[in-house]
Amino acid sequence: MDLEASIITADMTRQDRRVSGIAFAIMVAVIAIAPFFAYPFFVMQAMCFALFACAFNLLIGYANLLSLGHAMFFGLASYVCAHAAKVWGLEPVSAIVVGVAASAVLGFITGALAIRSAGIYFAMITVAFSQMVFFVCVEAPFTHGEDGIQAVPQGRALGFIDLSNPWILYCFVAAVFLFGFLVVQRAVNSPFGEILKAIRENEPRAVSLGYRALQYKLAAFVLSAVIAGLAGATKALVVQNASLTDVSFPTSGEVVLMTLVGGMGTFYGPVVGALIVIAMQNYLAQFGEWVTVIQGVVFVACVLAFRRGIVGELAARAKVSL
Amino acid sequence: MTIFGHTISMSQLYGQLLIGLINGSFYALLSLGLAVIFGMLTIVNFAHGAFYMMGAFVAYFLLHGLGLNYWWALILAPLIVGAIGAIVERLFLKRLAGFDPLYSLLLTFGLALIIQGLFQNYFGASGMPYAIPKQLAGAYNLGFMFLPVYRGWVILASAVVCFATWLIIEKTKLGAYLRAATENPTMVRAFGINVPRMVTVTYGFGVALAAFAGVLAAPINQVRPGMGADIIAVVFAVVVIGGMGSILGSIVTGFVLGVIEGLTKVFYPEASNTVVFVIMAIVLLIRPTGLFGRAA
Repeated sequence: MDLEASIITADMTRQDRRVSGIAFAIMVAVIAIAPFFAYPFFVMQAMCFALFACAFNLLIGYANLLSLGHAMFFGLASYVCAHAAKVWGLEPVSAIVVGVAASAVLGFITGALAIRSAGIYFAMITVAFSQMVFFVCVEAPFTHGEDGIQAVPQGRALGFIDLSNPWILYCFVAAVFLFGFLVVQRAVNSPFGEILKAIRENEPRAVSLGYRALQYKLAAFVLSAVIAGLAGATKALVVQNASLTDVSFPTSGEVVLMTLVGGMGTFYGPVVGALIVIAMQNYLAQFGEWVTVIQGVVFVACVLAFRRGIVGELAARAKVSL
Repeated sequence: MTIFGHTISMSQLYGQLLIGLINGSFYALLSLGLAVIFGMLTIVNFAHGAFYMMGAFVAYFLLHGLGLNYWWALILAPLIVGAIGAIVERLFLKRLAGFDPLYSLLLTFGLALIIQGLFQNYFGASGMPYAIPKQLAGAYNLGFMFLPVYRGWVILASAVVCFATWLIIEKTKLGAYLRAATENPTMVRAFGINVPRMVTVTYGFGVALAAFAGVLAAPINQVRPGMGADIIAVVFAVVVIGGMGSILGSIVTGFVLGVIEGLTKVFYPEASNTVVFVIMAIVLLIRPTGLFGRAA
């Protein structure tokens, strides 16, 4: 697809707008009634991972950059937010902001170094950086090594929203999730997103038209790090701890799986994928390591036979963009 | 000698240098395998760590199941695991040929999860000991330090295998076909050479190198399911530093980084786990294609 074509098809038609409006309404409705049918704690966790997957999808889906180290942003923000809330005694919103700022800085540094490479090199570099962040988190005193940061206080958001009340916490997490989701959607549907897609389709041509491809890719990388950080920081408040798992390589793999299962390059794919993967972890937890094997099999099956993912497949059949 | 506030004895320095050389031997063998596979298939084999672990486990089974000793394992384990690799290539990777290489990468990633998960299921997370063969037990007294014979053997074996691989690829006719098929597979096929079979064999060979490293590692580190996952991120960093284009580059970078890591353990132990990644960041800043790599 060349540049003009990508811009023309990306222009939202009235039908696209209606479909996307309906899809969003359905998602909000599902979030509203979910706690009456499922364990609210599970739904909140799923929302955090869904937002994480949306952040990852921004890179793979619209810039064709496969980051295999995205847990570094999720995990670092989770640690910093937990530390800010527990040790510095910040109220939750400020703690989240501090956590997100930390992952933004990390995103800028690693992004500036990684973005000059593409494809598999980019993937390997992100793996290496995330491993480095993992080792730093193992050694740094404030993360408390294997124990992690436990008993993170939920506190009162902005001083008056009591997050220790499970229902208020649920609404808070839902609001954060919807906010992050809309930021990603807005970014993709903006001129910035169009240029990003143009670079994905034909980088030399976009450059010849005067777009600084590297800067656009770096901006997308940092935005993705910020949203991933938002998800990680929020998760620290939900589960009231921050641990090495959040910053480890398997978490980076899981977010890839979520996006792949749901559908790369679709707005709702990562959300559906996250729900499935988190549900799989929860309901198959009794099978221990078999969960890893099943995840691997799903990975292989998706890559070989189901590359569009669930939402991607639905959207292609119904000829709409989701 | 006192540096950075640490008092350093010479024996400690030599000891860490030796450990660095041994780690470097593994980095070199693994990044060489990755480079060989990358050259032919233009994919990054994420399952490389898993195959390395399988090599160690096959050696363990050969010894405790069939009573075949270390020397048999050194030959048989790479053959067995390499054959498994060839099957994987035929069954899965081949199907992804015309697609974005990221899909092959994701496929090998999924395979790594399956292999590691299966081994963890059956053997748990803890390690199983593998005895050093009696011909290689004991230590030499070099005057300034004791060199355990087995450790010297690992460095020697790795260097020889790496050098032989380099010779095959750069100096033999088979290697010439291989390099030609990397440049232009269609043209090489027109000369009547079975390129798809060569691709399968190459993948199997790269995997066999990983398994060979696994057998070498078995008596030093314990045989455990997580051993591949632990080393693979460092190996990726080594590959990025060396640059993907070069066979020799991956060997040299592997050994050198192992030594640098060992020296860091002496002078500034806190950074020993991260030093390779810091070097990677610096190299990326100066030469984005790696030290020996060519521009893509």
